[in-house]
Amino acid sequence: MICLPEPDPHLLARREDIVRALRSILGRERVIDEPLRLAAYETDAFTAYRQRPLAVTLPENTAEVADILRFAHREGVKVVPRGAGTSLSGGAIPAADAIVVGLGKFNRILDIDYANRCVVAQSGVTNLAISHAVADRGFYYAPDPSSQIACTIGGNVAENSGGVHCLKYGLTTNNVLGVEMVTPEGEIVRLGGRHLDSGHYDLLGLTIGSEGLIGVVTEVTVRILKRPETARALLIGFGAVENAGACVARIIGEGIVPAGMEMMDRPAIHAAEAFVNVGYPLDVEALLIVELDGPAAEVDLLIERVQRIAEAEGSTSCRASASEEERLAFWAGRKAAFPAVGRLSPDYYCMDGTIPRRELPRVLRAMNEMSAKYGLRVANVFHAGDGNLHPLILYDANSPGELERAEEFGNEILKLCVDVGGVLTGEHGVGLEKRDLMTYQFDERDLEIQHRVKRAFDPSLRFNPGKVYPTLHRCAELGREHVHKGQVRFPDLPRF
Amino acid sequence: MAHAPRERTLRPRDRADLVEILAGHPRPLEPIGGGSKRSIGSPVDADPLELSALAGIADYEPAELVLTAGAATPLATIEGELARHGQRLAFEPPDFGALLGSAPCGAQTIGGVLAANLAGSRRVSAGAARDHFLGFEAVSGDGVPFRAGGRVVKNVTGYDLPKLMAGSWGTLAVLVSVTVRVAPRPETETTIIVPVLDPAAAVDVLARGLGSPHDVSAAAFVPSRGAALRLEGFGESVAARVQGLLEWLGRDDADALADAESHALWRRVGSAADLGDAPCVVRISVPPSHAPRVIDEIEPERYLLDWGGGLIWAAFADADIDRVRSAIREGHATLWKAPRALRESAAVFPPLPPAVAALAAKLKAAFDPDGRLSPGRMGRHAAPGHPALETRH
Repeated sequence: MICLPEPDPHLLARREDIVRALRSILGRERVIDEPLRLAAYETDAFTAYRQRPLAVTLPENTAEVADILRFAHREGVKVVPRGAGTSLSGGAIPAADAIVVGLGKFNRILDIDYANRCVVAQSGVTNLAISHAVADRGFYYAPDPSSQIACTIGGNVAENSGGVHCLKYGLTTNNVLGVEMVTPEGEIVRLGGRHLDSGHYDLLGLTIGSEGLIGVVTEVTVRILKRPETARALLIGFGAVENAGACVARIIGEGIVPAGMEMMDRPAIHAAEAFVNVGYPLDVEALLIVELDGPAAEVDLLIERVQRIAEAEGSTSCRASASEEERLAFWAGRKAAFPAVGRLSPDYYCMDGTIPRRELPRVLRAMNEMSAKYGLRVANVFHAGDGNLHPLILYDANSPGELERAEEFGNEILKLCVDVGGVLTGEHGVGLEKRDLMTYQFDERDLEIQHRVKRAFDPSLRFNPGKVYPTLHRCAELGREHVHKGQVRFPDLPRF
Repeated sequence: MAHAPRERTLRPRDRADLVEILAGHPRPLEPIGGGSKRSIGSPVDADPLELSALAGIADYEPAELVLTAGAATPLATIEGELARHGQRLAFEPPDFGALLGSAPCGAQTIGGVLAANLAGSRRVSAGAARDHFLGFEAVSGDGVPFRAGGRVVKNVTGYDLPKLMAGSWGTLAVLVSVTVRVAPRPETETTIIVPVLDPAAAVDVLARGLGSPHDVSAAAFVPSRGAALRLEGFGESVAARVQGLLEWLGRDDADALADAESHALWRRVGSAADLGDAPCVVRISVPPSHAPRVIDEIEPERYLLDWGGGLIWAAFADADIDRVRSAIREGHATLWKAPRALRESAAVFPPLPPAVAALAAKLKAAFDPDGRLSPGRMGRHAAPGHPALETRH
């Protein structure tokens, strides 16, 4: 059971004054306090939990954000920043005594600068809109989280989002050049810009992945890349997970860096094939999708090399895409894996640990044992190139105790990830979801240093309270709601 | 300032010893790996903290593309071990021995490279040291041993403290061991040299190369030779891309340098070795398209452009760093090489705007509450709420 720090009764009692003061900054319409309209902000994509905030503010420019944050600083009001609310770890779930600063109106691309190969966008612009804005000149923004049609670039900065192609092109932090941020004291700062690297402490690098704990990002400068000339994919089946793992290690050992390298286990393969019918082999224990992109000469060469490696590592089937349609068909099953698994079960819980690749067979075996122990099925999709696991635990929230069992199962998986030398989260963030496991990965002194960083920016701990780091405060239970198929927030978003 | 007479060198044997020293030593300390970059920064009045005992590769599995080593492991040891497995550090750490003239080439350590966030010419395609720095163990200025990051590439668990350590020049914490991401070494490389003479024409060629689909891994302008674009990878691929890039650029007057020659060129470019005889060298990071104007305004005696024009190495007989900074509209300049007297009087690292300086000062205080790690090396921080960094006098 996940709790938030107990709300401050003084803040709750001052709600009307706070709303009035915020309206003096933003006007009536852009401060939401009516229960019906607040309901839209109660949760994010970590839908098992919800909490209504004091109020929601919708500023339109950086000066307004600074005004709101200066007011909040002066009055000791807590703040939860929010982009599109697609966090899978509860990073944007409000607190009862906090105001939400929603960046939905920060939706303009400010500058497209081909000479310096970068784009400057307000933080509420969606990830995909940046790529669309530069597509006509053959450029794109590389990090591609599966929710890219909806998630915002500011949210990507907060979470240091990844994506299928980050094996070759890096995470958000490797592709963002600068941000404009408003600090908890309401100061506007610019970190980085259209140039490379910091001349002093890398505050930009610290900000990326800070999960809304140290400020509100209002503008982001990203680097853009020329779209690769071509991309081809291989679909490779194996009779054992060990062979697939050895194939991945050997591809990397031979100096090949695929654009993406995904693995699915038997339950995930069967669920995906039943859902999209793209011709995945059903007689295999593991399926690899290896995508190579770049200049055509290089891609054709590497496709052949990977085929030879797959054969040497005992693949039972291997197909290379001969057309763009075929490449997309190979991906269709993988990209539909989450909804496909969703058809097998009323609910599923998506995990996000990272492990050293060599530990994969051991971790999969252990997960199968846990599956028997908890009496819950699990299907696995896996960013094989960088060791990022996404086990999907199947459960039925209407069945008493199953959600709790699913959470315990998930926690045991994440602890195992840490035990084998990995980490709690590869790309979804700690948020609320994994907060109480932080003490499993980090000892007291590690966390003390991270708290010092937090206090340097936010000494009164007002920003995104209760997230990422366990607190010693008394806890208040969060509202819980059973979410079933069809009622999921963002049901149309691909998740992979 | 001459060395203070009470200065004494401390050499911790291991992490526990280091914790004890940091918790109890009465004087400021200057963490030193190989000592190759001690002349960068404002001079520090502190006892040298020599970390050479914290050396050795602890864990390296080539198939995982990850290596963990003691912070004071010589870079040469790591690069040698990686080369034996066909791998390398993708950020191409430069060796400033020839440029600075203050330490022999080959002296630097992996911890020093990371603490300075160095990167060579491949910065423009592969990122800087910061982008390959996955995790570390360190001891804070007040003697708290801690870990951050991890040993896997994909990790968003907690603040990204490796980014903060990279480029902190030993002023926040003392690195004990570090984990870095490594990359396959390409089979072959070729460099195309386009004979252009002025920086504006050169930056245009570099931008066209970097904006091509041919995977240019480095782009520099060496005024005596021209605009250089490097392609790396598998043999057949490089051969095809060289042709493709020449057609893309529409140039038939370009030269091509093959492996050894290409390699030698980029070693010199990345480390600005050709400017080694200049008494003052300024390292400037700007948006690439600004470089021609900045060069025009700062009038260096000699210069070199790397990172597609985004990195300017400017050599002067006597650098007026304030004048250089006044020409920069976006970006920053560091007085990378200068006589001690100038480093004592000028702001070596770029002064920060007040609100950012206040954050930097609070972070310094968070990691090093008593201000004992190389105090002043990166400038004197203003107290929160007060004007920006002062210069030293």
